Formats: sequence, structure tokens, C-alpha cells
Amino acid sequence: MATDCTLVAELRFLAAADRQRLIEALREAGYAVHGPRVQEGVIRYAPVERIEDLPRGWRDIQEPGRYRLRQTDENRLFAWAAPAASLKPLVFPPREILFHARRDADGRLRFEAADGAAPKLAVLGVRACDLAGLYLQDRHFLQGAHPDEAYRRRRRKLFLVAVHCAHPADTCFCAATGDGPVARYGFDLAISELEEGWLLEARSHAGQEILDALPTRAAGETQRKAAEAAFRQAAAAQRRRLPGGDLPARLGGRLDAELWQAVGRRCLACGNCTAVCPSCFCHAHVEETPLTGARTTRLRQWDSCFTAGHSLLHGRPVREDTASRYRQWLTHKLSGWHEQYGRSGCSGCGRCITWCPEGIDITAEAAAIAGEEA
Amino acid sequence: MTALPMEAEILTRREESPGLFTLHLRLTDSAAQQAYRFRPGQFNMLYLYGVGEVPISIVSDPREARHIGHTIRAVGRVTRGLERLRPGDRLGLRGPFGNGWPLGDCEQRDVIVVTGGLGCAPVTGAVQYLMRRRERFGHVNIVQGVKHADDLLWREQYECWDRMPDTTVLIAADEAGPLWPWHVGRVTDLFDRLRFDPAQAIVLCCGPEGMMLAVAEQLQERGIAAERIWLSLERNMQCGIGLCGHCQLGPKFVCRDGPVFSWREIAPLLRVRGR
Repeated sequence: MATDCTLVAELRFLAAADRQRLIEALREAGYAVHGPRVQEGVIRYAPVERIEDLPRGWRDIQEPGRYRLRQTDENRLFAWAAPAASLKPLVFPPREILFHARRDADGRLRFEAADGAAPKLAVLGVRACDLAGLYLQDRHFLQGAHPDEAYRRRRRKLFLVAVHCAHPADTCFCAATGDGPVARYGFDLAISELEEGWLLEARSHAGQEILDALPTRAAGETQRKAAEAAFRQAAAAQRRRLPGGDLPARLGGRLDAELWQAVGRRCLACGNCTAVCPSCFCHAHVEETPLTGARTTRLRQWDSCFTAGHSLLHGRPVREDTASRYRQWLTHKLSGWHEQYGRSGCSGCGRCITWCPEGIDITAEAAAIAGEEA
Repeated sequence: MTALPMEAEILTRREESPGLFTLHLRLTDSAAQQAYRFRPGQFNMLYLYGVGEVPISIVSDPREARHIGHTIRAVGRVTRGLERLRPGDRLGLRGPFGNGWPLGDCEQRDVIVVTGGLGCAPVTGAVQYLMRRRERFGHVNIVQGVKHADDLLWREQYECWDRMPDTTVLIAADEAGPLWPWHVGRVTDLFDRLRFDPAQAIVLCCGPEGMMLAVAEQLQERGIAAERIWLSLERNMQCGIGLCGHCQLGPKFVCRDGPVFSWREIAPLLRVRGR
């Protein structure tokens, strides 16, 4: 199935020399600006002040169990695929205070909510796979009977600048999940990057206001065609895909497959995949008590279904071996999410493949277990 | 964000057996006290200052929601700490959570309550609910299994229920001494003595998972439809509101979608080991 890579009619062109103006416009509108930066050998979102902070000319190489960067003399800022972390840490921090408790001299307890302030935050360079991941997090944290207030506060302050992706990695499969490479929803402003500059499109009022503040001109038809061709190529270049058909039903019929044992022997149960996954939401509640004991802090921190503690019941894990934990992770991602939130929990970012020390490939395992060749 | 706990004060504490105790709590804030309502089969997250939280089912009568009863076995860090609390001590409480038993669906039906071990605690409130409205239900069967005869809790209560009209109380212990007046063996051994019309009977079951599987399968074989066999499940729970992810069983969040599920809904998930 050919992926639709057409762009909207209304595209504005911002010359490469003017790219700094976007950061300035966002700052003037009151946003702290985060963007991709090369730090500790990876590209990840971090505060940026100048356009020079962005990874100009950097390319990434992502393969099962491998992530490397190399520099080129290209003028592009976004010529790489999924950064090491998704948007998840920005809306669902790895560690966060739930409340403080105090006990006074006569034993009475008082509970205090954590500080609820959330700054306006703009993020540059968000891929379609991560917008889909954010949609999945929104479904989990916001749309139940008990919406998460801290998540909501941060989410409402988010301004997202998408980049339609022209540079998928070997591990990417967003075209197969239907989530990319062109972002279709969930952004304020989107960039199609060309060597000479950016084609910009606004998707929200906030995005339009920023766009109006930039020195743009109407994009040319040649520019649009070049961008669309690059996205079509990005879709066609992706070799991985998830098995087709009714995957939840197919996996549901294979819960006793011997292949779970085989992947369970390879899996180190390190939890890297759950940490980098844009949709994984599990978290543990933990208590921190200073020695004085007068005030304690209750926190939540990212947890992983690969740990024994995750399913602990009466002192024993329900899922005792790694095979059952891998099965939990994969079947939740590709099957459970459908019933819980109406779609697959996978947006094809490929991070779980890249960051797995063993290079375990979710697409290959799902295909093998569902009974088809990868 | 998870709501803040409410402060609760321990009104009474009763030692049921070694390591097993019942606390009756009252919320200290009068508005919170007025607003608090629960259904039998729901649970609270109890917070022990400086240690942590545990999910504990509510055993008391929902008509007296200002007094919240919890029967707790001291097995972990939090529950062993809760064991040391005394009347007047304070703890935190979030809840109630979960769906509770389908007691409305029990009306005009024969009811079979099967419990194992401390599994009787989450059902106690439900049985009291049935007994107080006795005329609305058909024959009520109460079946309780314990490992050792000494583990039987609330013996007087079973004896009292046994004297109610149109009520059958059956008790089994895997191991018992010569003075044990009831059955030695499993609860499923007692099913020939149940009185029910399989076309309309409803089952409420709580206990170890292996026992619940056996009970559900055997009562289904005896003609009770899977959608009228209800089981209360346990899983690791930390938030109580379907966010933290620990209690997932297939696509279900046990804390939010349960803990009470019909056998029809949950059998395919429970039958897979390590799910």
C-alpha cells in the first residue's frame, strides 16, 4: 500500500538563513524551546537557544542494538530519524512527586499536593511516530475516569513543531503502522526540510500566529514536489513491517507458542525497550522518607513490565520468567492496546529495536509468533 | 494525578488470628466522611506514613460507610507496619476503587458464594448485604474453604448465617483435627450439597486463583452460565485508577475494570499461565 505523502496546499517557505527566527518567535510568545541536540553521543531533546544548537549536518545510523552518529557538511538540521528519547519524558517525567505527607507531634497526617506549575514549552523537530506516541499517552493519561492532572497541565502547555520525516533509519516502520513519515495530526506547526530552507504549515491557531511572525513567502511548486518525493522515498525505504490481518486475534491464539521461550532466552529483561517506547506508561509508586521522618514524599517513577517487581503479588511475581514478561510487553503493545485505547500501541519508531542490547526486533518476533515470515 | 489520600483514624482494632487483624477506620474530615460511599467488593488504597500504600478490600457494611472495615494479613512491609497501629493512630486512605459485586443482578436468584482463605473478606460485605435483604434473593449458599481448620475466621458469623431461613452454609478445611464439625477436603467436594437452580443461579467467588478456576469450571459444568459466575481477582496495584499498569491482565486493568469479572469475560485470560 503506497503511503500518502501529499502536503497541504498552503505551504510557506522560510529560507535557511532565517531559521533562527522560529526560535525567536517561540521565545517571544513565551515558550521555553526544546529541540534536538547532540549530547552524549545521541540526538535528544534539550533546551535550545540558537539555531546553531540543533544538529546541523548530523546523520544517525540505527540498527538492531546499535545507534551511531556521523557528521556531514549538509545544511539540514533534521536529517536523522527517531531521537534517543521520544516526547514521553516531557509530559510523563521519569520521576515525579505525587504528594508530600507530614506527621505532626500528635500523630495527625497532612497531605500536600506537589507543585503544579508547568511552563509553556515548544518542541522542535517532532516526528510523526512520536506524535502518534503522544496521542497514545494522551489516551492513557487523559481519557479515563481519572485523568492525570499533572500530565494534563504539561500537555496543555505544549507547542509542537513537527518535522515530516525524510530520513528514516533501518529500524523505522512508521509507514507500516500508518503513522508516518508525514505527520497528519497533533502538531501546531510542521516543517518539510529542504537543503535551502523549510516549507512550513500551521495546523493550529497558535501555530498560525507563530507562522505569521516569520519572514516567509509562498512555497514554490517545485519545492513542494521535492519534499513530497523525499517523503515517498522515506516511506518506500522502510523494510520492516508488522504482520498484517487481525494481529490481536492472531497473537491471542499463540499465547502458548514455544517461540516466547526462545525470545525469552535472548531477552535480558533490561527494560530499555519500555523506557524508550513512546507509548509505555507503567510506573511505580515509591516512598522517600528522610531520616528526620517529619515529612515524606510519595513519587512515581517509570517502571517496566520486564522486572519481577512489576507483577509482584503476595511476594511472588505473577510473570515469573522473562518469556512471560516479553509476551506481556509484546501482546500489550500489539493487542491489548486495541481493546484499551482503540488502536495498536506501536507507532513504528523502531526505538525498541535500536536500543535493545540483544537487537531483538519486535517486527520479526511478532511475525514469527503470529506465524508468518518476517 | 492520583488524588491525595484522606486522613483516616483507627477506631477499633481486632486481632482475628496471629498476623491477621481487622481495622475499623473513620475519615477525620467530616465532609469527606459524609461523601464517602462504597459498594461491597470495592477496595481502598491504605497509606502507612513513610512506608507506602496497599490495596485492601472493604469488609464492612456499605450502609455504615462512615466506619470503614479492613481485614488485613501482615505479609509485606506496609501490612506489617499497619499491624502495629492502634486505635487513635492515623493513616491515609484513597478510594473506594474498583467495580464491586453485581448485587443488583443477584435479586430473585439463587446465590452461591464460594470463598477460599482470606478470600472471604471481600465477600463478607456482600453476604451481609444479602442477609439484610434476605427476601429479595432465592436460596443463598455460602461455601468457605480454608487450608487449616485454625484459619477459619468469623466462625460465629457462619453459624449465625447457617440459622437463616433458606440458607446453606458449607465449610471445608484441607486439614483439620477430630473436633472439626465440617468437611475435610476441598470446597468443590461440597458442590453436590448446594441448592440452586442452574438456570438462574449466580455465583460470587473469591480466593486463590487456582481455587477460583476450579470453582468456575465445575459450576459451569453444573449448568450455570459463565456470565453469571463472578470472580474477584488480585493483582499488583499501586495507583488504583488504571494508570500505573501493574494490574494488567490481557487488556483489562484489574483495579479499574474489576476487580470483579465474569467468568465469561476473564476465563480466556486466566487460563494462560503467567498472564
